[in-house]
Amino acid sequence: MPSPSDRLFTKTHEWIKIEGATASVGLTEFAVHAIKDIVFIELPRVGRALEAGKPFGVVESVKAVFDLNAPLAGTVAAVNGGVEADFTPLASDPYGAGWLLRLTHVTGDQSALMDGAAYDRFCAQEHH
Amino acid sequence: MSEEKLIFEKSAPGRRAATFPALDVPAFAGDAWLPKDARRMAPLGLPEVSEQDLVRHYTRLSQRNIGIDTQIYPLGSCTMKYNPKVNEDLSGRDGFRNIHPLQPDDTVQGALQVLWEMEHWLSEISGMPAICLQPSAGAQGELTALLVCKAYHDSRGRRPRKVLVPDSSHGTNPASAAYCGYTVETVKSRADGTVDLEDLKPRITEDVACLMMTNPNTVGIFEKDIKLIAGWLHAVDAQLYYDGANLNAICGVARPGDMGCDMMHFNVHKTFSTPHGGGGPGAGPIGVKEHLRPFLPVPRVRRKSDGSFSLDAHEAHSIGRVRHFTGNFGILLRGLIYLRSFGGDGLSEIAKRAVLNANYLLALLKDRFYAPYGDRCMHEFVLSVSPQKKQKDVGATDFAKRLADYGYHAPTIYFPLIVPEALMLEPVETEAKETLDELAAILRKIDAEDPALLHAAPVNTPVGRLDEVGAARNPVLRWKPVL
Amino acid sequence: MTVSAPRNTTREAFGMPFEHPYLPQTPSDIGAMLNVIGVGEIADLFQTIPADLRLKGTLDLPDHLTEMELKEEFQALGALNDSTGRLDSYLGAGAYEHYSPSAVRHLLGRSEFYTSYTPYQPEMTQGVLQALFEYQSCICALTGMDVSNASLYEGGHALAEACLMARAKTGRNRMVLSAGVHPESLQVLRTYTRNLDTEIIVAPLGADGRTDLGAVRALLDSGTAAFVMANPNFFGTIEDAGPFAEAVHAAGALFIMAVEPVSLALLKSPGESGADIACGEGQSLGIPLSYGGPYLGFLAAKMELVRQIPGRICGQTRDSRGQRAFVLTLQTREQHIRREKANSNICTNQTLLALAATIYLGAVGPQGLKEVAGQGAAKAHYLADALTKIGGVKLSTTAPWFNEFTLDLGVDAVGVLKTMQSKGILAGLPLSRYFPGRDREILVAVTEVKKKAKLDRFVAELREALECRKKN
Repeated sequence: MPSPSDRLFTKTHEWIKIEGATASVGLTEFAVHAIKDIVFIELPRVGRALEAGKPFGVVESVKAVFDLNAPLAGTVAAVNGGVEADFTPLASDPYGAGWLLRLTHVTGDQSALMDGAAYDRFCAQEHH
Repeated sequence: MSEEKLIFEKSAPGRRAATFPALDVPAFAGDAWLPKDARRMAPLGLPEVSEQDLVRHYTRLSQRNIGIDTQIYPLGSCTMKYNPKVNEDLSGRDGFRNIHPLQPDDTVQGALQVLWEMEHWLSEISGMPAICLQPSAGAQGELTALLVCKAYHDSRGRRPRKVLVPDSSHGTNPASAAYCGYTVETVKSRADGTVDLEDLKPRITEDVACLMMTNPNTVGIFEKDIKLIAGWLHAVDAQLYYDGANLNAICGVARPGDMGCDMMHFNVHKTFSTPHGGGGPGAGPIGVKEHLRPFLPVPRVRRKSDGSFSLDAHEAHSIGRVRHFTGNFGILLRGLIYLRSFGGDGLSEIAKRAVLNANYLLALLKDRFYAPYGDRCMHEFVLSVSPQKKQKDVGATDFAKRLADYGYHAPTIYFPLIVPEALMLEPVETEAKETLDELAAILRKIDAEDPALLHAAPVNTPVGRLDEVGAARNPVLRWKPVL
Repeated sequence: MTVSAPRNTTREAFGMPFEHPYLPQTPSDIGAMLNVIGVGEIADLFQTIPADLRLKGTLDLPDHLTEMELKEEFQALGALNDSTGRLDSYLGAGAYEHYSPSAVRHLLGRSEFYTSYTPYQPEMTQGVLQALFEYQSCICALTGMDVSNASLYEGGHALAEACLMARAKTGRNRMVLSAGVHPESLQVLRTYTRNLDTEIIVAPLGADGRTDLGAVRALLDSGTAAFVMANPNFFGTIEDAGPFAEAVHAAGALFIMAVEPVSLALLKSPGESGADIACGEGQSLGIPLSYGGPYLGFLAAKMELVRQIPGRICGQTRDSRGQRAFVLTLQTREQHIRREKANSNICTNQTLLALAATIYLGAVGPQGLKEVAGQGAAKAHYLADALTKIGGVKLSTTAPWFNEFTLDLGVDAVGVLKTMQSKGILAGLPLSRYFPGRDREILVAVTEVKKKAKLDRFVAELREALECRKKN
């Protein structure tokens, strides 16, 4: 399935959907599919300031740990606490109910990010 | 059903497996000696079993386990060699077993001589003049050496902040560096498995404290440029650390001290035959060159002019201590007995036979399995079942589990990280040719089997594949009484 | 006895100089294997080692010994040590002489346990895994905590790791420790934190021998990660932990208790005292003295700290057939996955000793452990009462104590101890070993193994030793 066109993507498989002054952040379907069985998610506290490209949390499978990296800079306004306890939405609906963070004061260079089509091409390359 | 109850589930009130003589001094008159608010109120929660039940329970548990004494463990980087029984007998004797670590030196001359001799053996084997036997395991040895390295640079008024680590390195290397306050930078490997000199050279700046290397490296290849690398490091006063996990390949044949290494650790539970005990104990002594000696932990073993031994805790520049007392004495003793069974005259046979066995096993498998680093190796080699994964969706885990059905413990899987679907095999020198023939035959057989058999494996073990996801998501980490 | 000098050895030839029981390859085997590999001799397999790195000449090492010779050599070395069988020892300070039931040693001798590797392939190693689960359960039960790991190296290491856990959890850099913590543990902590921008403050003991609550309160601040207290403390005194827990938590720090496992049969547990982390040395649980190691570090904590716990942890799960089974879990905390971001660098731990402790606890059971603890305390108090009747001899502390006590001899201790040693008694540890200036005091430990006759002899010999001193 092609990646949604209403948002931007990072090389480390996070997405960001900007709506005016706020943005939502999550993990892509490609990433969730690659990790397979998630056993743990750690998300930051509300109020934390994030730096573009730097880790803000982790996702873990049994055998591996993956940093979650901020696509752009911003302040954490809300965290999807439900997903920290129950990963099902993340696996089944990573672009909707599986959202991870809402940010405010979003800043940074959006041209460093990819659109849906470019991200799909990137994944196809990486897979080989 | 193949469950074994927990010892708590075999408990019945009033049963005992050990009793003690009656108290032969007056009992306490009242509670004054132990005030009420200092007393334990909660029940102890320990099992109550008879001696027969205790012995039967743990004997049965042992039967749900395997060891080197029951089968080959071709685990790369673990050096699972035979654990000699005479070592167990001798270390268990009263004179070694029942001595307190704080006894006066004149009452433990035998123990101090054991430590002294072990230091001498390790020094000769490694070419490192100064040895410290204190660290309890390889990882602690790494940390100790890095602390020594930092103290050395501090003494010279320098503050390099980085440790370089090959991407093929064991996880303890970067973890130990981080514990020491260093930042870790990863160096790439070449296609032939060795450290990429072109990637390495520009990284060696005055901000580098140390490069940690394993030689042969974790894919079983000898890093022949190690002296050149040592030269580059020394030009900026950086240190070269030798991870001794693979010492079995060169013990008695080549010495880290001659390769330009400044410091190293030994894994006594690998190279020197002490039992792995299900995960420990081990011992991780370190060796260093003279310029680092002043910083080694205390206490040090000294020999006085009259030939007697003592422990000396006074060393002005020592980094201090990394554990209570002097070290895992019982393990160091076993290692020394092992070494003395080979002597200086037999020492190099260990490495020679280990390398012979590894090359033989590789030769038996390389026509069928992809060996990314060619036809020759040192004491261990890596295969990749990436082709099998692509063609038949059977990966390293599936091979490991199917080997269990034939009674074999798997090789090391998914390490080093630079090889996808890695199987790392180390057929140590204590294994006979027939054992290697059988292992190779089984691996070839499994490779030809219906993938469904591998996916379902193991079926011949006490338990099948475990739900590790469930174990991590909903951790149950202790037994609790059902109330 | 000297280190034997090397006899003549030849190194040039790659032929086997003698048969060895751990090397099964016959010349015929070697020939066949070289053939399959496609080389002429073993030396060919070492060509990748540059010639200038290959060892030439002999090493300064003695020649090999056969098993009979090894026995002779090491029996002689062992005989140079005065074991607790030969000397009547009252040494404690973190290592204790307890009776270990025969079953412990026999079960530990099952080679499916001791020659086994870490149970990373759980289907074949349920024995070790279940034993570790039982161990973790025992440690939780004893300490009153929620979760235990599968062992650390020893007590000092456990204390250092507990402090680093607190540092990671709170993000703070200051550690406050009671002066009653084992001096070697404090040294280990200092070494471990040398390069980690950490402040270590030691809070004094009060006149009665217990940690001074007021002093600790004054030292706790918003930068404190943890307060650490030992119970019993190094000098044998029983601490009153509750008020400390309150003060520590009010400052947002973690409360760490270093405890003695046998004492937990009678003393208030860390869980009951409000501790966040419990740690200590498990050697008392059936593990031989062995000149200081291998021992057993234990560490247990409240459930909310589980992700900060270092080392391996065993968990319960189900297998593909629906059976209960055990597996190493939460491995993403560890070095082989996390590398430089791991909670700790520990890999090899002390599994076999954890097994020993579990078997010991199963052997003695709750009643037995209470007896071991109670008898040791009763015998220690009996001894102390008798000793303090000797003129000039008194206890250094006034607060309640357990089975270890600090005795002030009134005169220089080292000379008295030498006299006692000549009578076959190691009367205690001179405090001057760790505390310069405390020249007249010794630390005396008594356990369940000390018969009354031995204690009476101790009193008589000390009385005589002190009287001789007065005369001279």
